[in-house]
Amino acid sequence: MSKLVITDLHASVETEDGPKEILKGVTLTINEGETHAIMGPNGSGKSTLAYSIAGHPKYTITSGSVTLDGQDILGLSVDERARAGLFLAMQYPVEVPGVSVANFLRTAKTAIDGEAPKLRTWVKDVNSALEALNLDSSFSQRSVNEGFSGGEKKRHEIAQLDLLDPKVAVLDETDSGLDIDALKIVSEGVNRFREREGKGVLLITHYTRILRYIEPDFVHVFVDGRVAESGGKELADQLEAEGYDKYLKAPAAR
Amino acid sequence: MTVTTDSVRSALEQTPEPDKVESHLHPAGSFDVADHEVPTGREEIWRFTPLKRLKGLHADAEFMRSATSCTWNTPAGVRVEGVSGDEARALRGISGLVPNTRWAARVLAEVPASLLVDVPAETEVAEPIVVDLDGTDVSVTEAGHVALRFGAHSKAIVVLNHTGSSTIAAVVEIAVGDGADVTVVSIQDWADDAVHLSHHQARVGRDASYKHAAISFGGDLVRMDANVTYDGPGGSAELLGLYFADAGQHIEHRIFADHTAPRTKSHAVYKGALQGEKAHTVWVGNVLIRKVAEGIETYEENRNLVLTDGCQADSIPNLEIETGEIEGAGHASATARFDDNQLFYLQSRGVSEQEAQRLVVHGFFNDLIRQVGVPSIEQRLLSTVEAELAKNVLKDVGSLAAFGQDAR
Repeated sequence: MSKLVITDLHASVETEDGPKEILKGVTLTINEGETHAIMGPNGSGKSTLAYSIAGHPKYTITSGSVTLDGQDILGLSVDERARAGLFLAMQYPVEVPGVSVANFLRTAKTAIDGEAPKLRTWVKDVNSALEALNLDSSFSQRSVNEGFSGGEKKRHEIAQLDLLDPKVAVLDETDSGLDIDALKIVSEGVNRFREREGKGVLLITHYTRILRYIEPDFVHVFVDGRVAESGGKELADQLEAEGYDKYLKAPAAR
Repeated sequence: MTVTTDSVRSALEQTPEPDKVESHLHPAGSFDVADHEVPTGREEIWRFTPLKRLKGLHADAEFMRSATSCTWNTPAGVRVEGVSGDEARALRGISGLVPNTRWAARVLAEVPASLLVDVPAETEVAEPIVVDLDGTDVSVTEAGHVALRFGAHSKAIVVLNHTGSSTIAAVVEIAVGDGADVTVVSIQDWADDAVHLSHHQARVGRDASYKHAAISFGGDLVRMDANVTYDGPGGSAELLGLYFADAGQHIEHRIFADHTAPRTKSHAVYKGALQGEKAHTVWVGNVLIRKVAEGIETYEENRNLVLTDGCQADSIPNLEIETGEIEGAGHASATARFDDNQLFYLQSRGVSEQEAQRLVVHGFFNDLIRQVGVPSIEQRLLSTVEAELAKNVLKDVGSLAAFGQDAR
């Protein structure tokens, strides 16, 4: 099973002028095996949704719920959410100087599985995960995200997705800043994950480009902190043709 | 213009004494104890040090018969031994040291013996020369003089390893011959009550490479001044430091890279972590680029990671520049708590908060430990960092088997 249910989620961020509400009632269900794309203009709250699900301390959930296979995850710490089966591929992966990719991956795998991976198969698994993303094996001796190019950071995120094998993956603008070759490599990595039994994907993106390689089951237009419209993949084509103007003008006309 | 500069340079090179620079950072030196007043604590070079806890070492505490055992290994081709009398006296000042504190002047004048490590010219020693100093009685105030002499084109590593309980004032003089490649590591892994005042003075020969690593974990009060001058152009000094202060500890590191020759280099990286009530660290990074020192490069960096409330980290880079004709000069200083985004990233991969903190701290020190470049002490430093973390950050967590087993 892997079913992520987001119900009337409200979240705010602390600013100089007091708390500012960013998520204004998000409701979304991702059933197992489904890929949902969330598309929206800059500043609509897409990334806040990703970070709120993962539990970033910057965001305060003011109401609503998020459950994974029926378990309320909002009461869990960030690491407990990950161990429950949630994965967030970040738009801006963070540098951790002095910590090698190899050490990081093994530590994370050990934490997720509750036991250290078998050394012999693990090294092979890591190397093939890196290779599949066009990262050579020397990559594992570099410090996490330090000095990585934009493309390397994103490919490293997807290598983690492969190795940590969560139930549900939230991909926050994984396509941003990628050239077409890197985009294909990353998309293939995501598709290999989707082929596994019962995995859910929440794909957050600003552009329709990635949806040519990762075909979503559902597309949601995200505007001003909530889902403004939902549909099938044809909705993405419509956005490609018309842009977000229609949704942005709507509140002003009210 | 080039012609003018060159002629000025050659004129300066012929001057036996480097140009004098008046600076409150560097009081004038003298071998005569009477020239140095007992510090009050208000002096620039003493203002951070809690003098009361020095048990008089900075003033006139008796230098008693040593209660600190001293043992060493002697790799082939090297002379390591305690010397006294004229031979010891001849070693005073081999680094060019002219004491600028009363205590250092007293050590040179009063301590009857010296420990000499003598690496002859063109001798390469692969095995580190390890001198173990193990204190047995903290109530004995004592002093020592160590002379490390590396001949031209020699290559060697010396490790001074301090453990146990001592109250000790030590002057370490280091003479690095032309073209030599030298590493000196000083590990302060004292018991909680030790008091250690030390001055390491190095003179780096023409085209020589000198690496100095100061590693301080234990002791009630540890203060080290690690200074460098250059005996000719082309010398390079790498000054590394790693310290970890616990509750109540005062750990103070001062460096002074005195660019006394052209085209010399200094690169300093000191990193520290602090945890516990009244843990106090001080880093003062002095760099002086004298008029003669054209074409030099210098960079100094200090980073502190504050792990708990109640700690204080002072970090003061001082860069004095007497010539504009340099390749590069820079410094950086940062003192911070854990970065929330780093912890979030690691935790979002299932790693608990405490394990994430451990990874970040190990990562913080890892590069530095590798830079020390002495494999036989690398593992020890990693496990000492681990033991320090166990006192606070990780006190509720068992050992994480995954760490430190990287196949490199």
